[in-house]
Amino acid sequence: MSTNVILEMRNITKTFPGVMALRDVSFSVEEGEIHALCGENGAGKSTLMKVLSGVYPHGTYDGEIYYKGELKTFGSIKDTEEEGIIIIHQELALIPMLSIAENIFLGNEVAKGGVINWAEATRRTSELLAKVGLKENPSTLITHIGVGKQQLVEIAKALSKKVKLLILDEPTASLNESDSNALLDLLLEFKKQGLTSIIISHKLNEISRVADKITVLRDGATVETLDCHAEKISEARIIRGMVGRELSDRFPKRVPHIGETVFEVRNWTAYHPIHAERKISNGINLNVRRGEVVGIAGLMGAGRTEFAMSVFGRSYGQKISGDVLINGKPADVSTVERAIKSGLAYVTEDRKQLGLVLINNVMHNNTLANHKGISKNLIIDEYIERKAANEYRDKLRIRTPSIYQDVVNLSGGNQQKVVLAKWLFANPDVLILDEPTRGIDVGAKYEIYTIVNDLVAAGKAVIFISSEMPELLGTCDRIYVMNEGAIVAEMPVAEASQENIMGAIMRSGEKV
Amino acid sequence: MNTPNEATRTAVPPTAAPSLAVFLRQNMREYGILIALVVIMVFFQIITGGVLFRPVNLTNLVLQNSFVVIMALGMLLVIVAGHIDLSVGSIVAIIGAVAAVMMVNYKIDPWTTSLVCLILGGAIGAAQGYWIAYHHIPAFIVTLAGMLVFRGLTLWLLGGMNIGPFPAEFQKLSTGFLPDLFDMGGLHSTSLILTIAIPALLVYLSWRGRKLNESHGIEVEPFAFFITRNAVLVAVMLALGYQLSTYKGFPNILVIMGVLIAFYTFVTTRTTIGRRIYALGGNEKATRLSGINTERLSFYTFINMGVLAAFAGLIVAARLNSSTPKAGNGFELDVIAACFIGGASTTGGVGKITGAVVGAFIMGVLNNGMSIMGLGIDFQQMVKGMVLLAAVVFDLYNKQKG
Repeated sequence: MSTNVILEMRNITKTFPGVMALRDVSFSVEEGEIHALCGENGAGKSTLMKVLSGVYPHGTYDGEIYYKGELKTFGSIKDTEEEGIIIIHQELALIPMLSIAENIFLGNEVAKGGVINWAEATRRTSELLAKVGLKENPSTLITHIGVGKQQLVEIAKALSKKVKLLILDEPTASLNESDSNALLDLLLEFKKQGLTSIIISHKLNEISRVADKITVLRDGATVETLDCHAEKISEARIIRGMVGRELSDRFPKRVPHIGETVFEVRNWTAYHPIHAERKISNGINLNVRRGEVVGIAGLMGAGRTEFAMSVFGRSYGQKISGDVLINGKPADVSTVERAIKSGLAYVTEDRKQLGLVLINNVMHNNTLANHKGISKNLIIDEYIERKAANEYRDKLRIRTPSIYQDVVNLSGGNQQKVVLAKWLFANPDVLILDEPTRGIDVGAKYEIYTIVNDLVAAGKAVIFISSEMPELLGTCDRIYVMNEGAIVAEMPVAEASQENIMGAIMRSGEKV
Repeated sequence: MNTPNEATRTAVPPTAAPSLAVFLRQNMREYGILIALVVIMVFFQIITGGVLFRPVNLTNLVLQNSFVVIMALGMLLVIVAGHIDLSVGSIVAIIGAVAAVMMVNYKIDPWTTSLVCLILGGAIGAAQGYWIAYHHIPAFIVTLAGMLVFRGLTLWLLGGMNIGPFPAEFQKLSTGFLPDLFDMGGLHSTSLILTIAIPALLVYLSWRGRKLNESHGIEVEPFAFFITRNAVLVAVMLALGYQLSTYKGFPNILVIMGVLIAFYTFVTTRTTIGRRIYALGGNEKATRLSGINTERLSFYTFINMGVLAAFAGLIVAARLNSSTPKAGNGFELDVIAACFIGGASTTGGVGKITGAVVGAFIMGVLNNGMSIMGLGIDFQQMVKGMVLLAAVVFDLYNKQKG
């Protein structure tokens, strides 16, 4: 096999006002390989890919890009796409109310003189969908298919543009395990056919599964490029490169002190808000004790978020039945206001859409769920509010120039800490954390785990919903497994393993 | 994980006050709009040969714009909450018609009439707010429907005719002035006292706030800026107050307007209701999931808008001394424009009461100044349109740069 460098980026430097995002980065990719790009949030991965794909055109950065041996000066995304360099962004760029076929050929319509040839477009869409293994009708609207399938549509769209070099930015961030695996298999399949890909991911197990080479970025500079075929690369090895130190343990240690039952849900059933006949929660029973972290494992779409939201002030679903007991007494959780009053807090999965008011500052977000704590007769005491916000900033180590900074300007990890601060200030007994570490880097994750440990040490009870099983195994005392809206297994963490959890899910699926 | 850097930050002393230049740049938008108003006023003062600041014209300026300012207070809350209200012009008309029918046809006293009209305004706001808040019908649609319905009702109620005149007591709402405490010849004593007392009170409050902030270690504006700002404010208020005192004194409506502006400024900046409206406009879902009843909050902003629009309707009727089917035509656009010129965001969550008030006065001074110049309505509309566009473009440009 001859090694043939398809892409070489030399001494790339990119500055934003006040920040140097990339510092003298060099990066080269060989034809037909899968090259992973790793680094903490803010390390410069996405910026580098934006330079490559023409989002930042030639002239806005220093350095040179050689593609197929030629020096290139891309002026726009259009230029790079003509060369077959296609980027799929983390936030998918599909239009929900258009069909698969319309999305695939958007901006590139199968048309003559502005008139679209739908028969041809549909036929070609079917071909492309077959290539990515997606069994859907080309006329299905994007909004009607899941995120996993949407990702496949994006890839089909890339194929339609005669892709030579495919760049995927966090392609599996919002996918469940089986969809992620299918996607990675597809990449390996395309590799056999000669496609070169660059993949940005936080999921180190996936990287070690598919990557031929791994380039690690830290603080806008290249740290190293690891060859996965020359040596066995462990996850710890990659992390060391990313954070510049060995994270001896990805999960902070905690000695559990478990008390009496604080929170109990009995026979909880709820139905889908639109499809009234579909059960989203099916007779769920669960409990959490003081000082305990209880995990809820499950695949994407297992109904964990829906369950949590239906409990938290009936924010999701209809025809909800069942009982909630807090400290042994029946609790009224029929509205969010009452649920909070009963001592419940729910940290949403989607912090930007559901967790934060992005255009408000850190302080205002911090106190949003507990205005009683900062006001008297509806009048806000600014000094109490300021003091509270500063306390939480220091306690949770929220990195922000000041509490008057709008949260939209904070990094993902710090935004997540602001959401946590908001709920801690509401002083709940029970916290439901829904995917609290999604899309944040290794260092920030560790800090979130530490906060969780501090919470239970202070006598709170925590329900931890996560799709990352190692995370559940590393932080929880007990794990419930959920599938299709029902609890299908419960196990102490000592008996739990990824195999056990997956096994429970699979067995429950067979019974139906 | 506890690096020394992290540990020391917790004990960081309050940072020194920013330099004047930095501070000005940061507060560009807020003072920019105020400077724009001053520039426009000075421009018309010169071009009209000094007519603009004449006592009689200043009094007119207040009387002509009071209802727009009052409605802008309610509209700002509606816009910040992420909605819009196109029906306020028609509410002005229907309330004027109801007031006329009650007072002229049925001889009901002005106080009862006014109370009923304010309640009716609240009910109209509630009726529209109900669909918007609880059924999530876009406010644009609901209030567009309301605009047509209430205009139609007005025509029906008045039978296409004007009804008037009103009792003298009612007219005082728009044409009355503060009574004098004692005689001072050509000057009006009560107004003169207020002219001195109000700026003094404002300076005292602002000084006290500054000291209180300092004692809590909170960053305050540069001292030079504080002095200049207050000096300019006092000078302007003294000058305007004196001018008004030499004519008929302070109009009743000016006092009511001042109280309302102060009240709504307080509500938006210092109360939980105000805070929640900003959060609601910034991100409705996150606000609801924080335990805030967003639907009820939206509902209240429309009731509030309805009451203020009804109040404006009474003022307009009292000013014209008759109710006409055409009353309040196009007011909604002046009111909405005032909010956007004043820096409110079309997507909600951003905007200030003071901005909306200044925005309303910019529109008012433009109207007044161009009328004095003898420019036709055609030219006036073009200028107002361009000013609205320029204000929003300036805003966007400022935001992207910052």
